[in-house]
Amino acid sequence: MIYNEEFETMPREVIKALQAKRLQQTLERVYHTVGFYKKSFDAAKIKPDAIKSIADMQRLPFTTRKDLGDNYPFGLFAVPMNNVVRLHAASGTSGRSAVFGYTKRDIETWSDLVARSLVAAGITKNDIIHNAFGYGLFTGGLGLHYGAEKIGASVIPMSGGDVKRQLMILQDFGPTVLCSTPSYALHLAEEGTAMGLDMKSLKLRVGIFGAELWNDTTRDEIEKTFGITALNLFGLSEVIGPGMAMECLEGRNGMHVFEDHFIVETIDPKTEEVLPEGSEGELVFTTLTKEANPLIRYRTGDLSKLITEPCRCGRTHIKMERVLKRSDDMLIIRGVNVFPSQIEAILVDIEGLEPNYQVIVDKAGALDVLDLQVEVNDKIFSDSGSIKQLQKIEQRLIKDMRDYLGISARVKLVQPNALKNADAKIIDKRRI
Amino acid sequence: MKVEQISVFLENKPGTLEHATRVLKEADINIRTLSVAETVDFGILRLIVNDVEKANSVLKENGFRVSKTPVVAVEVPDKPGGLHSIMEVVSKEGINVEYLYAFVEKSGENAIIIFRFDNPEKAIDALLKKNLTVIPGEKLYQF
Repeated sequence: MIYNEEFETMPREVIKALQAKRLQQTLERVYHTVGFYKKSFDAAKIKPDAIKSIADMQRLPFTTRKDLGDNYPFGLFAVPMNNVVRLHAASGTSGRSAVFGYTKRDIETWSDLVARSLVAAGITKNDIIHNAFGYGLFTGGLGLHYGAEKIGASVIPMSGGDVKRQLMILQDFGPTVLCSTPSYALHLAEEGTAMGLDMKSLKLRVGIFGAELWNDTTRDEIEKTFGITALNLFGLSEVIGPGMAMECLEGRNGMHVFEDHFIVETIDPKTEEVLPEGSEGELVFTTLTKEANPLIRYRTGDLSKLITEPCRCGRTHIKMERVLKRSDDMLIIRGVNVFPSQIEAILVDIEGLEPNYQVIVDKAGALDVLDLQVEVNDKIFSDSGSIKQLQKIEQRLIKDMRDYLGISARVKLVQPNALKNADAKIIDKRRI
Repeated sequence: MKVEQISVFLENKPGTLEHATRVLKEADINIRTLSVAETVDFGILRLIVNDVEKANSVLKENGFRVSKTPVVAVEVPDKPGGLHSIMEVVSKEGINVEYLYAFVEKSGENAIIIFRFDNPEKAIDALLKKNLTVIPGEKLYQF
């Protein structure tokens, strides 16, 4: 099924023409309304009207995650605040976090994109959707929610957490669709099975999963455990949220990027050169319709390949393979994005701790666990030499990790030189 | 009248305490008394030594996290009620004990109790007023 047949099945050349037209409009707009883009285009000696085609856009400078942080909170907005109806944000200490604004029309666009995604998964108004993506500043929960309402499905706004309650509602309300991170789905299954619940006896028939790197083995495991079809949904809060690309039920091979709203490129992360479609590279997204917070050539850090072969579902939009790797040191812990620099920013703020640390990420059952080992310095004792003081520091670190990054870390204070392979700040033992 | 205690951060795993005692031995430092406080992951080794400065610097040189902590040493007769005579005084003054440890003098007649009070100055004044024997650092280090 196709939600917006007119746009989703547009002939390639019509899509290209539409993209070129919308790109020009976007460039004109950001050049005149966003100081950052005026500066960056001027520095590259490019006037917006010099970009006449998609091919020309290679000359445009990139937008990076650092640019988002540098312009925190509202520096990249292209509309005044009274036109903004929603704000979302990435987790983080202020230096590295970013805020994303939406106008009323942006929310409609986004809802339309999620509606397309749900319909591509065969979901209709007759479905009950158990939405376990987090509600709040994170775009997952509310993004899914609006799209689900748009197609008329019944949404259960579960958000994350409280596994027992989730299992109860899965049994009592009989949802037919589960939306969550893949690891959370497996966690639910583990807990449910331990309670004697056969996950296959639930009414679920489709699962929509995203916000994490996951592979086909995990997909197989989820499908077998729940007796459902598991599909991959892609989205980045920086760009708009979930619904930028969606795997179709018919193809199940890569996710269609909704090209009437985005231009996707792949680049070599080192040379920044644009790669031919089909080669693995870093995904770069340009928004074509976003009003509040347009982005030009945003470097996502996600590595993938574009698939140009036509799809049997009838959609003409290009596909991207599932993301299995990052081009940078970003970690995804239970669906939350974390950069090592964010951890460092927390450590330097706590007296008694050194920014020498090691993060070990592993799986405990289905869920990610993060162990943080941190070197202490002489100030750890303050004046008293009491254990209480040390425990206070430990607790503050755990709290700051939770408050600023949204991560439950297991913390261990260590002596200097106690870290094994001290050069490796991050040890990721998960196999993706 | 205060005494300086050496506080050392130790991870709770085999070999760390041995490393600390080896460093002290090699620097020819004598431990007068000590205590260890621990949690699951880490502990604090608290030492009264004959040479505070030297112990502080050799431990630091060997990569330990060390700090000097002011504590109070009180001498009482080694008989029932000895510790209580101190607690009576500080309790009346509303002074809190964060931790304490004790040892018996060589002669065997007196015990020395090391206190970490939340307010050391106030504690010393109160104890002296009640004619209790507060032992200054220089004397304790050389016992």
